[in-house]
Amino acid sequence: MRLSELKTGQRCIIDSFTDEMLKLKLMEMGCLPGEVVEVVRVAPPGDPMAIAVGSYVLGIRRSEAETVVVREVG
Amino acid sequence: MKKIKVALIGNPNSGKSTLFNALTGLSQKVANFPGVTVEKKTGTCRLKTPEGEPVTAECIDLPGTYSLYPKTIDEQIPFRSLCDPSGKVPDAVVVVAEGTNLKRSLFLCSQVIDLKIPVVLVVNMMDIVNYRGIRIDLLKLSEKLGVKVIPAIARKGIGVKELKEALAGTLPVPETEFIDTAGFAPLVVGTLREKLGLKSNYAAFQLANNVEFITRFAPGEMGKQDVRDLLKQHQFDGTQQQARETLERYKVITLLMKECVKTETKQQRPFWSRRLDDILTHRFWGYIVFLSVLFLIFQAIFSWAAYPMEFIDWTFASAGGYLQEALPEGVLNDLIVNGILAGLAGIIIFIPQIAILFAFIALLEDTGYMARVSFIMDRVMRRYGLSGRSVIPLIGGVACAVPSILSTRTIQSFKQRIITIMVIPLMSCSARLPVYTLIISMIIPTDPVWGVINRQGLVLMAMYLIGFFAAIGAAAFMKWFVRARDRDFFVMELPLYRVPRWRNLGMTIIEKVKIFLFDAGKIIIAISIILWFLSSRGPGERYESLKVQAEQLKATDESAPGLRELQSLQLEASYAGKMGKWMEPVIAPLGFDWKIGIALVTSFAAREVFVGTMSTIYSAGSHAGTERTVREKMMAEVNPVTGGPRYTVAVGWSLMLFYAFALQCMSTIAVVRRETGGWKWPAIQFVYLSALAYLASLLAYQGLS
Repeated sequence: MRLSELKTGQRCIIDSFTDEMLKLKLMEMGCLPGEVVEVVRVAPPGDPMAIAVGSYVLGIRRSEAETVVVREVG
Repeated sequence: MKKIKVALIGNPNSGKSTLFNALTGLSQKVANFPGVTVEKKTGTCRLKTPEGEPVTAECIDLPGTYSLYPKTIDEQIPFRSLCDPSGKVPDAVVVVAEGTNLKRSLFLCSQVIDLKIPVVLVVNMMDIVNYRGIRIDLLKLSEKLGVKVIPAIARKGIGVKELKEALAGTLPVPETEFIDTAGFAPLVVGTLREKLGLKSNYAAFQLANNVEFITRFAPGEMGKQDVRDLLKQHQFDGTQQQARETLERYKVITLLMKECVKTETKQQRPFWSRRLDDILTHRFWGYIVFLSVLFLIFQAIFSWAAYPMEFIDWTFASAGGYLQEALPEGVLNDLIVNGILAGLAGIIIFIPQIAILFAFIALLEDTGYMARVSFIMDRVMRRYGLSGRSVIPLIGGVACAVPSILSTRTIQSFKQRIITIMVIPLMSCSARLPVYTLIISMIIPTDPVWGVINRQGLVLMAMYLIGFFAAIGAAAFMKWFVRARDRDFFVMELPLYRVPRWRNLGMTIIEKVKIFLFDAGKIIIAISIILWFLSSRGPGERYESLKVQAEQLKATDESAPGLRELQSLQLEASYAGKMGKWMEPVIAPLGFDWKIGIALVTSFAAREVFVGTMSTIYSAGSHAGTERTVREKMMAEVNPVTGGPRYTVAVGWSLMLFYAFALQCMSTIAVVRRETGGWKWPAIQFVYLSALAYLASLLAYQGLS
């Protein structure tokens, strides 16, 4: 499952990344494999989305979220 | 006196700038980093060693970043400043960490530690840390990291004294390796470190990853190509190595966090911040609030700035009048009053608008609202090759292109930033307002539309809309031609809302005004002097004899009937007049004569000069209300070819459209050159806007007449 497929309020665990450049950027900002991520809200046009990781919130475009592979919590 | 170099580094929104302001105060200077268009803020801070010996710390504020690995132009700077292979690294680095996001801040901190540069870790926002029930064992943290750790609340100035003391004392070079990067690629790291004489394994590792960003190598055994060959030989995969490093660092940090940080209550984003987001990014209310904010900015720029601007105008007019009387008559008098002073007035008059616009922009940035505007506008703007962060600079363009172009620095992608800069001058700035109002009053009747709507106001609004749509259209067009230099990421933090820090706000305003005043100011003054020269000198004897005649007449009778006509002829004989005559064949298809030609040339210093030039050319007296008389004179002007009035509806529209599109603004050109680091972009911008203006005027004039 991809991060972009999540609905607002849904939580998942980051599994891996499909884009190498973006992976580095996201990991540096604390989005590491194993971290729990929650879609907090989506901008009115349906893009970008806001995700909560740890104690902060990131804005991320849908196209960027598509490169993040996630799995269900549990 | 002992001098040390100190660099401040930290995540965006970590309070780094607040701390920098607290350390350096008004000694700050802003310049560009060589080669890139990122501003470099430096300042000095006086310290005292424990022995009482004075030390001067030269502080540099590095752009906010999450890691030393550069992803955007801004982020090249921390890397370059701290890993410069030619060895000019700071004596100490202050890492500013957000106490509430300690984990992420420690990532950056650990990178600096591994560079073996003395580090002070400032854990900022301790008040919020305590409020949220997070307990940080600072002593243990310091022990584990091997660096000095200082708790701080930068916005209240708490911790600044301790930081100063720490910097004045001797800071140890970190001994322990946070992670062993040499182990990742022993041969590459070993060779680079030895051949280039680097201080740490990590510096060698960073260099291997970022060799393409290095501009100069110290003369020695290895050059850029040698490094590339070495990497190839050992099949060094940068992306993979970076990913490995990141994971490794976070692994160590997670353990460290477990030992040093205890969260007593559940860490949560404050309720009010989420509630605010519910409104500010709402599909309806979000845009309503945004529009209201824009409306407020508009109002402020137009109405609040009007008073100080009038005052400045009045001051300069009085000073000019006084100087003209007080100084001995002659060329020097004329140069000072009509050249230099007029040029100065033209710059200083913009300061209120610039200060207000920047106050708003800084306020929106500081409170965290700007990130939300980018968030809700990104999708719409991207369709036109712009970014969510282009919104505010574009809106600001309605006041003045100059500060707006400066404010495009918040746009990360080079391509989107360039496109934004290229289209900003199409937004109708305040300098066009006097031109529009003058022409509209001549060609548009005052009778209302449908009995209620002011027709002239409607046309004025149309001019603003034309500018806006032209900007959007030009951006959509340029999207296909401007090449991207870096990958465009949107990923950005939506920080917590917070109360603005007024001191930072004040500093930002002072800094922006300074940049405008000194950098753009120099060029504006130069142009004003050139223009003054061109309009007060002429080729051959004709100009001089006309001038003598006019002066003699003026001496006998100030309001002599033939005086104004004589001054008009004088202008025609000047270099500027010759230029107008020379331009006439080119601008005739647009419906313009040589007199308008002169105004087009002088408007190059600033658009609003149009009205002033027109009043000189049409020799309107300065006794009555200037604009009304200019208008009457212009309306009475007869076109010798048609026998009808010179300013027909067709000419009026043609002129307005020309002013709407043409880049007749010295300050804009100067600031674009400064911001893009060369003449290429301002040249392209000037050519495309001139072409657009010419075409629009041609179509309007030929179509309407």
